Amino acid sequence: MERDDRVLLLGEDIGAYGGAFKVTRGFLEHFGARRVVDTPIAEGGFTGAAAGAAHMGLRPVVEMQFMDFASPAYDVITNYVATSAYRGAGPLPLVIRGPVGGGNRAGPFHSQNVEMAFLHTPGLKIVYPSTAYDAKGLLKAAIRDDAPVIFEEHKGLYRAPALREVLPDEDYEVPLGKARIAREGRDLTVVTYGAMVHRTLEAARALQAEDEIELEVLDLRTLLPLDEEAVVASVQRTGKLLVVHEDTRTGGIAGEIGMRVSERAFEWLDGPILRVTAIDAPVPYAASLEDAFLPQVADIAAAARYLARY
Amino acid sequence: MARIEVPMPQMGESIAEGTVSKWLKKVGEAVQRDEPILEISTDKVDAEIPAPSSGTLVEIVVSEGATVEVGTVVAYIDSDGGPPATNGKPAAEAAPAESKPAEESSPREPTPSMPLPPPASPPPASPSPAAAPASSAPAPAGAGVQAPDSAEERMRTRSTPVVRRIAEEHGIDISAIPGTGHAGRVTKNDILGFIESGKEPTRPGQTAVGTAPAPSAAPSSPAVVTSAPGTATPAPAAAPSELWERFYGEVRHPEFPIRSADRVEAMDKIRRLTAEHMVVAKRIAPHVHSFIEIDFTAIDRIRSANRHRWEEQGARVSYTAFVAWAASRLLREFPMVNSTVSGNNVIYRGNVNLGMAVDLNPGLIVPVIKDADELGLVGIARKLVDLAERARSRQLNPDEIQGATFSITNPGVLGTLVGMPVIPKGTSAILGTGAIEKQVVVVQDPATGDDAMAIRKRALFSLGYDHRIVDGADAARFLARLKEVLDAFPEDA
Repeated sequence: MERDDRVLLLGEDIGAYGGAFKVTRGFLEHFGARRVVDTPIAEGGFTGAAAGAAHMGLRPVVEMQFMDFASPAYDVITNYVATSAYRGAGPLPLVIRGPVGGGNRAGPFHSQNVEMAFLHTPGLKIVYPSTAYDAKGLLKAAIRDDAPVIFEEHKGLYRAPALREVLPDEDYEVPLGKARIAREGRDLTVVTYGAMVHRTLEAARALQAEDEIELEVLDLRTLLPLDEEAVVASVQRTGKLLVVHEDTRTGGIAGEIGMRVSERAFEWLDGPILRVTAIDAPVPYAASLEDAFLPQVADIAAAARYLARY
Repeated sequence: MARIEVPMPQMGESIAEGTVSKWLKKVGEAVQRDEPILEISTDKVDAEIPAPSSGTLVEIVVSEGATVEVGTVVAYIDSDGGPPATNGKPAAEAAPAESKPAEESSPREPTPSMPLPPPASPPPASPSPAAAPASSAPAPAGAGVQAPDSAEERMRTRSTPVVRRIAEEHGIDISAIPGTGHAGRVTKNDILGFIESGKEPTRPGQTAVGTAPAPSAAPSSPAVVTSAPGTATPAPAAAPSELWERFYGEVRHPEFPIRSADRVEAMDKIRRLTAEHMVVAKRIAPHVHSFIEIDFTAIDRIRSANRHRWEEQGARVSYTAFVAWAASRLLREFPMVNSTVSGNNVIYRGNVNLGMAVDLNPGLIVPVIKDADELGLVGIARKLVDLAERARSRQLNPDEIQGATFSITNPGVLGTLVGMPVIPKGTSAILGTGAIEKQVVVVQDPATGDDAMAIRKRALFSLGYDHRIVDGADAARFLARLKEVLDAFPEDA
C-alpha cells in the first residue's frame, strides 16, 4: 500500500476494530478512511463495489471476516468477477482474502475451507500459503496480478508460535502458481498445502525417526493454477503419491491432483494414489469430534507408512 | 513370532478343493520363500506349492492324502524361525471320508474343522486393497482370462505400472522376482535390485507375458511346475483398457486331458514361438486367400538354357528364386501388398524384404532376403541357398530373421497342390507356391488360332492377404501381374 496508492482495503470491521484477527490493525490510522473502508455486513455488496473499483483502475483487497461468508458474494465472484476478462470487460485485479480452516473449536460456519467452491471457476486464482514468508510474498504477487485472486489464510497459522519468523523488510514476491518442496525425500510424495503442510512435516519427522521412511513434502502454495509440473516431477522421482488436505474428501483437490498424476505419470506409479482428508461432514463444534474430523499427524503418518511399504 | 499360514491355493476358477499329495518339507525344517514345500493335486492340475515366506515349517495341519477346501490352512511357517509348535498334530488324520471314484489316491472329503484364513487386516488409511498373506501360488492355465484374480494375485503377478514398465523394458517375468511389498508384491526397488544383481531371466517370448517358462528355461521361477507342459502363471483378468493389448499380445493355449497311452513333451522354443505367432497373426489380420495358376514353361526354358552357365558360377537357381525375383519387382508396383496396418495408419514399407519360409523338419523358420528388389535372379538364388543352409544348421543371425515385409512359403516342394498360408504379423500378405506338375492344358495355336491340347508345367499359387489393407481386386491385380511376369519370364533377369 505504501508502494502503490491504487491499493485499498474493504471489509467488515477492518478499520476501527483492526479486523477480527487484527490483520489490519493500525491500517486505518496509517492509510486513512479512503483506503481502509469499513463495510456493512453485505459481502455481495462490497465485493461488487470492489469489482467496480477494480474496473476504474484501483487494486482492491477485500477481506471476508471468515471465508465461510464468501458465499453471499459467490454470484459476484463467479459470474461477474471471474468472467470479466473473458467477456472483454477487462481484467479485474481484485484480491478476496480472509481466514479459513478448522481446529479452533469454531463450529461449522467459522471453520470451512472454501477452495473447492472456487477451483472450478476459470478466471480465478486461488492461493493458500503455509508460512509467513510465503503469505507476504504471495499476497504482494496476488495484488499485483491482473487476475482476481482468492487468498486463503489459515487462522490456525496466524499466531502459531512455531511459525513465527522475521520477514525481510524488502519488497519481495513469491510467484503465483509455483509449488515449493518443503522437504525432500525419496520414498513418497505428499502433496499438501496450508496448515496440513506442518502436520505432514511433523509426520515426516516421525516416519524418518521411527521407520526410516523419507517423505517428500510438496507445499502447493497456489491451488489454481495448479503446479502440475512440480507434482508430476516429484511423483516421477518417488513413484508414490499421497495427497493431504484439510478440506472434505469428496470433490476435494486430491481428486484433481490424482487425476493429473494418472494422466501424466501413470507409468511411474509404484503404488495407488491415496489421500488423507477431512471426512465428508460439516466441521463439528465439539473438540473431540473436530479432532476426529480433521486429518491428524497420526493419520498422515499411517497412510504414508502404508504407502511407503506398499 | 510371526506364524504365517500356508493355505490350500485356488488352482483354478472351478476348483473347490485340493489334495495334499506329498510333503516336501518336514516340521522343523527351514524353508526359503518360494521354495516348494508340498505337492498338491486337484481335478485339473498337480502342483508344487511354494512357501509364502522364509522361516521354519512349524506345523503341518493337513497330512498327505487328505483333501481339503481351497483356503484351508495346510501348514504354518514361523517367519522368525522359532521352534516347531509342540501341540501340532496332523489334524486331517481325524477326518474320515467317503471314497471318491475320481480320486483314488485321496479318498477324503474336505475336513470341516479346518479354519479358513482370517480376513485381511485393513490398511491404516481408509483406502485401499486388502493385504492378506496371500499364497503366491498362481492359478493354472485352465482358469482362463475370466478368472477373477484376487487383489493379492494381481499385486504378486502384475505389481504396479512402474514395475510393469521396467519389467517390459528388461523382458523380465515379474513373478520370477521375490517381492517385499504387500502380499509379496514386487516393488520398484525389488525389480531394480533384481536387475542390478544381474539375474534377469528373460521372458519366454516377447509376447508371452502370461505363459510359464518351460521348467528348464527359468529354474528360479516360483511358478508352479506341473507334470503337464504349458501350464501358465496366472494372467489377471483383463481390464477393459488392457483388452486389446492382451488380445494381440498374449497367447494361452487351452489344455486337454492326457490319456494313458499319451506322451507329453514341452514345446521347444521354436515351436512355442511359432504357436504364439500363428495365433496372434490370425487374431490380427482378417485373412483372405486368392489363387492363380502359373505356367512354368518359359521359366523351364530359361533354366535349361542357363543351367551350364549357372553351374559354372556355382549357383543353383530354383523355381523359388524366380518367384522371389518376380514378387520383389511387383511389390514396388503394389505398395499395399508390401505394407502393414498400424493403429489407424498404414505403414508402406520402404524396403522389399522377403521372408522365405524354410522347413527345418521339425520346425519352421523364416529368414529374410533384405532388399530383394535390388538383387538379380542369380543374387536372389545364392541368397536363398545360403539362408536355407544356415537356417538348417542353426547359424542365422537374429537380424536375418527379422524385418520381412512380404513372405513366400513353398508347400509345393513336397507335392502339395496349394496352401492357405497365415500372414506373418506386421505384414499384409504371403505368397504360397504349390507343386509344379505337368498338366494337359488347352492352348491356342498362335498360327491358326485353333485350340489344342498341350503338356505344360504348371502350379497353383495362393496369395494370403490382410483384407484390412489389401482388397480382393488388389490381390487379383497383383496375382495377374505375377502370372504375366512368370509366364513370360524376362531372359535378362
